[in-house]
Amino acid sequence: MKNFLFELKEGLSISFRAIRANKIRAVLTTLGIVIGVTSVVLMSTAIKGIDSAFQKGVASMGSDNLYIDKWEWFNNDIPWWELRNRRNLTMEDYNKYKELAKLPVASAPTVWSTQTVKYKERTVEYIIIQGTTSDYINTTNLNFDTGRFFNELESSGGRQVVVLGSEVAKKLFPRGDALDQEVKIKGHKFKVVGVLAEQGSWVMGNFNPDNQAFIPIQNVFKFFQNQSFRSVTFNVRAPNSQMVNEVKEEAIGVMRRVRGLRYDQANDFSINQQEALLTQIDKTVGVIQIAGLFITGLSLFVGAIGIMNIMFVSVKERTREIGIRKAIGAKKSTILTQFISESAIICLLGGMIGLILAIILSLVINQFLPTSIQVDAFVLAVVISILTGVISGFAPAYSAAKLDPVEALRYE
Amino acid sequence: MDQKYPFSQNEADRRQDLNKLTNNGKTMNIINIEHIAKIYQVGSEEVHALRDVSLKINKNEYVAIMGPSGSGKSTLMNILGCLDTPTHGIYDFTGVNVSQMNDNELAKIRNKEIGFVFQTFNLLARSDALHNVELPLIYAGVPASERKERAREALEHVGLADRVHHKPNELSGGQRQRVAIARALVTRPSIILADEPTGNLDTKTGEDIMALFNDIFELGNTIILVTHEEYIAEHAKRILRIRDGLIEKDETVANRYIPKKNGASKI
Repeated sequence: MKNFLFELKEGLSISFRAIRANKIRAVLTTLGIVIGVTSVVLMSTAIKGIDSAFQKGVASMGSDNLYIDKWEWFNNDIPWWELRNRRNLTMEDYNKYKELAKLPVASAPTVWSTQTVKYKERTVEYIIIQGTTSDYINTTNLNFDTGRFFNELESSGGRQVVVLGSEVAKKLFPRGDALDQEVKIKGHKFKVVGVLAEQGSWVMGNFNPDNQAFIPIQNVFKFFQNQSFRSVTFNVRAPNSQMVNEVKEEAIGVMRRVRGLRYDQANDFSINQQEALLTQIDKTVGVIQIAGLFITGLSLFVGAIGIMNIMFVSVKERTREIGIRKAIGAKKSTILTQFISESAIICLLGGMIGLILAIILSLVINQFLPTSIQVDAFVLAVVISILTGVISGFAPAYSAAKLDPVEALRYE
Repeated sequence: MDQKYPFSQNEADRRQDLNKLTNNGKTMNIINIEHIAKIYQVGSEEVHALRDVSLKINKNEYVAIMGPSGSGKSTLMNILGCLDTPTHGIYDFTGVNVSQMNDNELAKIRNKEIGFVFQTFNLLARSDALHNVELPLIYAGVPASERKERAREALEHVGLADRVHHKPNELSGGQRQRVAIARALVTRPSIILADEPTGNLDTKTGEDIMALFNDIFELGNTIILVTHEEYIAEHAKRILRIRDGLIEKDETVANRYIPKKNGASKI
């Protein structure tokens, strides 16, 4: 072991000399690895960024929630037309459910409609307007920038009040003075009672609360669409995550009663959980990950081939040097260590440059996509580059190590 | 030149090394070759580079090996230098049978017991003189501080104290060969094996190098000199003439040419 360490140390110092002596070649060779490591590191951090954004988005929905819906969110078993043919869930259904279900800490009906929101000359189009009740806020983890959610009185009275998502508020009130102003939704006046804090989960797109507005549910039916147009979703919050399944069991029983189903009839509603969403996200991210790493892996592979090629050339060129070294006592393992460490060092240098490049690039990309370079990216770059160096250096190094000293010394 | 032994402070070590080669004070052969042959397979043909060679060389001998090209001289030198092994026969080197050794064992023997000096110097072009001389000590596993010290000392004694950090292309031919000689001496080997050491040098410089070899010989080293030039061979005390893979003649030089001791500090 001590012997090996000594050999490694000397091998490294000999390799450093050789690399310094062939600067241009080392730089060119390194380029392939630089590109490879840059893309692998960037890709892996981008994937991590996407994943954490998804998770964050899901977390903002609340982790102990169930969604009783006409639709099965991630349905693999029931044909879509069967789902379509289900009766819509209605406010009446909700009221019965609320009365009968004892376990949930909070529940709220929601129904959505896409509308244009105006304030004076400013307009924001295609905003998802969520119609709901004052209980809604207790089923989520939303925070407020200013103001509050509409209260029970405003909710049951169907008052024309609105809570704006942060993006919507920013667009309509760039100076942040939204509170107590009146905005127009489809020509109807709504008073702003609150602005949500930014959730920052871009992945959810229009379903991100940042891009939504919330109004008492009666107003949706009164101004935008009639009750039967779109099914109502019940947001239900369990007391804690251990209770989620019990709440679900209760919900199934209560809903079957509410919907008047006979024992031989299948459920005509679905109980959705964000767990299903998480599973789906994990699947999606997994696919992106495999595809992304495969593609970037290819560029690393090309870089590795470049290293191998150069190392073969280097061994050929330095045949005489190898002969000299062997004549004065270098063992096979010594030569092997020397050339492998040479290629590992070249790769490591490339990896370091690649890492720096990736950090710079990720700062640029961060303007559009969430990326975060973390310590494990550093480790990844080091491990990948050393591994590439060792693997691609092995064959050339082995061919050097098994050279016959007599032949090698004669080589011109 | 000051005539002290190049590694005077290690004189005791040296004596001990040499004592290993003697049995109760009786001189033992450093090299004892018995009926060796070397056969190469070239396509379907067998080439007998060495047919049947037996020879003994004692410690502190100065032997020249001569022969025309194709005589088997190079093959013999490669076997003597443990760069190659014989097809048949026994090669006993410093009391160890090396004829059946594997590559790594041979590498160890070359490293510790043999100092090579080549016609084309064979220095590492991109390393300075010091690193070139250090190299065999690196492979021997000598710690950095000690080997730098020893390499510096060796360079000093071949007269290159002021050229320690020069690279080969910054040195003259004679100086390069001195670096090579320092490299050969630095491990205190049992034999110095010089292959046409003056072949790439002009007569004057060649003569200086031969003077250096003579100094080294007089300090108790064993030198084997491979050459095809008669007047170079006459620096040795004994000449082996090879022809067609056999030793044709084994003669003692009657009128040995002893160069003037001017070499080392001059170049």
